[in-house]
Amino acid sequence: MADPELVRYTLDNGLRVVLAPDATAPVVGVSVHYDVGFRSEPEGRTGFAHLFEHLMFQGSESLEKLAHFRHVQSSGGTFNGSTHPDYTDYFEVLPSAALERALFLEADRMRAPKLTAENLANQIDVVKEEIRLNVLNRPYGGFPWITLPPVLYSTFPNAHNGYGGFEDLESATVEDCAAFFDTYYAPANAVLTVAGDFEVDNAKKLIETHFGDVPHRPAPQRPSFAEPLPTTELHGEVEDPHAPLPALGIGYRMPDPINDVDGYLAYLVLAGVLTDGDGSRLQQRLVHREPLVVDIGAGAGLFGPFEARDPDTFTITLIHPHEVPRERVLAALDDELQKLADSPPGEEELRKVTARWTASLHSEHDRLVSRTLALGSFELLYGDASLVYKLADRMSAVTSEAVSAAAKALRPDARAVLVVKPASEGNNEQ
Amino acid sequence: MTSATHRTAEEIGRTTRGPRPLPPLGEQRVAGDLSHVDTELANGLRVLAVRKATVPLVEARLWIPFAGDDALHPATAEVLAETILTGTARRNRIEIDAELALIGGDIGAGVDPERLVLTGSALADKLPTFLDVLGDVLTGATYADDEIAREKERLVERIAVSRTQPRTIAREALQKHRYGDHPATREVPKAEDVAVVTPEQVRALHQASVLPRGSVLVLVGDLDPAAVVGDLEKVLGGWASDRSAVRLPPLPDLTGPTVRLVPRAGAVQSQIRLSAQTVPRTDPGYAALQLANLAYGGYFSSRLVENIRENKGYTYSAHSGFEFTDGTAVVNVDADTATEATAPALLETRYELGRLGQVPPTGDELESVRQYAIGSLLTSTSSQSGLAGQVLALASTGLGLEWLNEHPARVAAVTADEVAEAALKYFAPKRFTGVVVGDAGVLERKLLSLGDVVVGEPA
Repeated sequence: MADPELVRYTLDNGLRVVLAPDATAPVVGVSVHYDVGFRSEPEGRTGFAHLFEHLMFQGSESLEKLAHFRHVQSSGGTFNGSTHPDYTDYFEVLPSAALERALFLEADRMRAPKLTAENLANQIDVVKEEIRLNVLNRPYGGFPWITLPPVLYSTFPNAHNGYGGFEDLESATVEDCAAFFDTYYAPANAVLTVAGDFEVDNAKKLIETHFGDVPHRPAPQRPSFAEPLPTTELHGEVEDPHAPLPALGIGYRMPDPINDVDGYLAYLVLAGVLTDGDGSRLQQRLVHREPLVVDIGAGAGLFGPFEARDPDTFTITLIHPHEVPRERVLAALDDELQKLADSPPGEEELRKVTARWTASLHSEHDRLVSRTLALGSFELLYGDASLVYKLADRMSAVTSEAVSAAAKALRPDARAVLVVKPASEGNNEQ
Repeated sequence: MTSATHRTAEEIGRTTRGPRPLPPLGEQRVAGDLSHVDTELANGLRVLAVRKATVPLVEARLWIPFAGDDALHPATAEVLAETILTGTARRNRIEIDAELALIGGDIGAGVDPERLVLTGSALADKLPTFLDVLGDVLTGATYADDEIAREKERLVERIAVSRTQPRTIAREALQKHRYGDHPATREVPKAEDVAVVTPEQVRALHQASVLPRGSVLVLVGDLDPAAVVGDLEKVLGGWASDRSAVRLPPLPDLTGPTVRLVPRAGAVQSQIRLSAQTVPRTDPGYAALQLANLAYGGYFSSRLVENIRENKGYTYSAHSGFEFTDGTAVVNVDADTATEATAPALLETRYELGRLGQVPPTGDELESVRQYAIGSLLTSTSSQSGLAGQVLALASTGLGLEWLNEHPARVAAVTADEVAEAALKYFAPKRFTGVVVGDAGVLERKLLSLGDVVVGEPA
């Protein structure tokens, strides 16, 4: 991929800015990434980072409740936000005429959000409905992202449920919100990204106008979330009242995503070799040849790659018929990993994975919202937005030996195995 | 909780300078015209090829009308979609996957009572290979016995998973309630039907129904539209038949006002699904109807979302949107709510339907939906995949790229009176039928007291 123009600089108040002009369509994307995710929640406040994300949409000094939505949408734009292990993002995609408006909206909530008891109570209700919808009332809800970490990890930041328990959510106070905002939502703890149809000089001027006087506050000290690797196979079990079939979530630790990018990429290529397409090793053996599973997938990260610092999780998830014992599935999986460890994959096998990755990176780049968010998150996590444009080449440079070494590291005695058991009946009392 | 010293919420929410005015909108450029070809191949396949060279990819969407009234049709069609890419005379399953992977490509198949759709993409300079694989599959899929047998087993398992999804349960209940036993209702086949499908039946269905005449192929990306048509004639020339692809029989018009409470014991959340007859994109009143729907529940700033989510916290997701089937259209209203909030949410949902006609959108509210309709079309069509999806939706009802290019002007011209008329005509609460799926033990009394509610599984 030819490197498109990228302008990176920092305002006096510490706000990092990434500009990625591209005039192919008359639309513009704006995002703000804050360097706080659910790994930074204190004990007793599970789900707080996500709850706070909801509150950031509820009004600010210049904007009444609901005004944010109305202004974005009445300018022809779309918006959203999302909470990740290590960051929270907020974004808009609009016709380019609305660039200044989007900057104004983001600056206003960075400067002076309205954190009120009424909005907090309402959003606690909304978040509880979100959890009922996405976790409690559907089969395999929260699998594996909520249920696997407590098996693989032993410390609260890594192990706890980022959606939060209802009791914790209900006990959140306005005081908590104020403390959280002042600590984590400083301009020096954030990245502003603008991508799409705009003039660089004009955008710089507008950014200074709207963000320049957001007062500086120091970025918080970022703790390390490191914890020792497992030294044995860890086991966990959950009952799922809605699941028709048993499932397994297998979690392994991975190389440091930030300080060992190439090591991390080798695991991504390995995930492709294992489960990407009918010709992949686990699809062929476990789905088609033997067949032991209904569905299987492997990947980096609980929601996808490149969205967390160390420690990050390599996951293999599968659903299998009742009559297949899970020991048989695990034995076949370990056998395939052993084969890869013993003899590296062939050249063509790697090219199949990297060509599909290249195409999917192009495709992601083609969607303005994905491009804007990728540039922002890479600037935040890696300190380098331009890495987005180098990923395809870095992936293609991963060697067979590196993939083989990654397979060798996925050892049975250093992993977590989560069993999802279908419950014959009953339901979640919430 | 996190820092030793922090400001109060009150202090955080104000600055010495005070509130600031919203900046005006700047100059808006219009999207450039895209060069495209809209033509019919010798075999009757309609092709829309659009040049959009934003990234070196091509997106492909093939839409084949694929209806059938045979009782086994849904199961056979589902097995066909699962196995159409599992081998041809020239390539086995692994070779198809490998060849596509090496060109950064993919093809997936999906089927519903109305149509079979193949969705794919590849690196642009590998388009000839992609089309060769596509043509091979369309003319030479072999449906080997062992592939069929294995995919049937997996399909049965997947159907079991799917039938436990609240949204699937709710959709099935809605379809039965509003369309009885019309073929359109058979969206998820029965596991016992899948079990008896034979490879011969699948091959016969491919012969009888995977047909070019009446079907549409959309290609969007870094391509030369004129040249690609010639390539397609060569690659797809062998895909031919005198017969046309099979369209779904017309759906009956919906009538209100009965909403059915469908019991789902122990559910922590209910699915509200309402539906009423509207008009398709080809209707001169469509643009006004589109704006009326946006104001009601079609986007986040709508009356419904502001009422039952932002004001009352009854739901995380409330939405209303159109569903187009062949030449007809309905509007669907969806919300998932906690059991205790279900009856109040239904009451508010109906109230907002009534209010849309009595107190129609004007002024800022109207301008907001107008700008959103124009702007969201601009953003959703700014990527190759977004444009391909949009063009396919239009092409499947006989429209083309012209409709897309002209639509912003139509939306700009809609008057407040036209929106008010659309609201009164199409959003009257009595016009809506639908279902509520939830814990009947808790809900029954309250819902019955609202009126126009019956209880029980749809016949």
